[in-house]
Amino acid sequence: MTAVPTLSPAASTTTRPMVRAEQVRKSYGPLEVLQGIDLEIATGEVVCLIGPSGSGKSTFLRCVNHLETIDAGRLWVGDEIVGYRQRGTKLHELSDREVCRRRTDIGMVFQHFNLFPHMTVLQNLMLAPVTVLKEDKEVVRARALALLERVGLAAKADAYPRSLSGGQQQRVAIARALTMQPKLMLFDEPTSALDPELVGDVLAVMKDLAQSGMTMLVVTHEIGFARDVADRVAFFDGGRIVECGPAAQVVTDPRHERTREFLAAVR
Amino acid sequence: MSTLAEPLDVADVATQFTVVRRRHTGRWLAAVVVAVLGVVVAQNVLSNSRFGWDVVGQYISDASIIRGLGTTLFLTVVCMAIGTALAVLLAVMRLSSNPVVNGAAFVYVSFFRGTPVLVQLLFWFNLAALYPVISFGIPGVHLDANTLITPMLAAIMGLALNEAAYMSEIVRAGILSVEWGQSDAASALGLTKGQTMRRIVLPQAMRVIVPPTGNETIGMLKTTALVSVIAVPELLFSSQVIYARNYETIPLLIVASLWYLAVTAVLGVGQYYIERHFARGNRNLPPTPIQRLRTFARAITTRSTR
Repeated sequence: MTAVPTLSPAASTTTRPMVRAEQVRKSYGPLEVLQGIDLEIATGEVVCLIGPSGSGKSTFLRCVNHLETIDAGRLWVGDEIVGYRQRGTKLHELSDREVCRRRTDIGMVFQHFNLFPHMTVLQNLMLAPVTVLKEDKEVVRARALALLERVGLAAKADAYPRSLSGGQQQRVAIARALTMQPKLMLFDEPTSALDPELVGDVLAVMKDLAQSGMTMLVVTHEIGFARDVADRVAFFDGGRIVECGPAAQVVTDPRHERTREFLAAVR
Repeated sequence: MSTLAEPLDVADVATQFTVVRRRHTGRWLAAVVVAVLGVVVAQNVLSNSRFGWDVVGQYISDASIIRGLGTTLFLTVVCMAIGTALAVLLAVMRLSSNPVVNGAAFVYVSFFRGTPVLVQLLFWFNLAALYPVISFGIPGVHLDANTLITPMLAAIMGLALNEAAYMSEIVRAGILSVEWGQSDAASALGLTKGQTMRRIVLPQAMRVIVPPTGNETIGMLKTTALVSVIAVPELLFSSQVIYARNYETIPLLIVASLWYLAVTAVLGVGQYYIERHFARGNRNLPPTPIQRLRTFARAITTRSTR
């Protein structure tokens, strides 16, 4: 970015993490939902965040693209501090517009899909690249149609979201995020609102995405997906990361008692 | 009870039994009462010469009545346009996290909803008594309030500013009816707050905003009659001027009422189509009466050609 020496970690080496959290804290009133989160996600890595409801995993995810602000600690995406611009030793809070510009590099998929119901599927995909990135309409249209093809919904381009099943809506939501060509994808319980038989299609799209090298941060209750697709799994409980390690190890051979209890309960 | 164990064949049922429909005695009775009342009222209205239907016919398209109707429509459109634009601003202010901005909008809404619109109209009309000279703090630039505030301007200000207060609550309810997830999704895609409001929130809020706005527009059309007290020559005032001359009070009030009814009917149709426009993507819309008529006509023509 700038020639100013930065606070960013590993600034001198080439392997800069995509996301780095350092003692991230966040409170809602008297309730401290994040009590010092430390986490690093390398480029191309897939990390699943698991844990009981209210453990802070979704809040942490929302902090990464600044949908929530943090109260203490540091959070980097790429070489930029989330929500701030560094000038020398000062951190300037970003304007609305600058926050929005940074978000264009980060795709997000929500539990309840949050497709725009007054627009067709294709319009949902094209909106942000055209209005935010000011890209050429025809270029975006071609990319959007290709992405719909990739998630198996090319035939639904002109349908309205409400006429689609939950699984189809979520695949559209993933395609919508990808149309922005993000460097990082955040998934907030993407299959939790789906009928059981529709979960598989969505997970298949996510697996395909993981294998294509996308950096992914996934909050999920699908332990099987975490084990098979993630590189690492972080177990959240009470606003802390209790255990973090290689996916297979955390899921099949957890070191921590609390992790063991949780995994036994969700199986 | 044995029939429960061996369910009857459906085809069997159709051949063995005749279905006796329920008699809706109450409905028939109610229909007869309403029909009789209708005939009585119609007979009375048509036979009572004091309604003066011939006078109604004479004045319904009178030039000054039509001019008055034009003024009424002009006031309705202008005041609703100004009121709605101001209402969106007020609604966004009310939802602001800045307490000063939020508070200012709250005070505005409280003030304009808390006093009768007739009082507000009289205030604007008599503004010159309060501020005889209106200056803008610029030396040499000042206006005489008596010539600046014409009855028409007083009417527009009174009605529009009052309407903004009511409409702002409607717009606010509409904005709040849109799920938070929609703003989240728009923000996550990099849309600014302004873009999110214009492209995502307001279009969806319209579904909630349009029906009460239709009511407000119809209400505004009728409220314009109030400005007759400050001598703006709208529909009611024009009728009053005529009956002050010829004493045909009732017929001219009927003339005004018929025009009000005609315009509200047209507005109702407009509202129907606007609602359908903003409902897209939400549900399967039933066909409009015109579409239904067309289907019906097509069915008849195909049958007759066969």
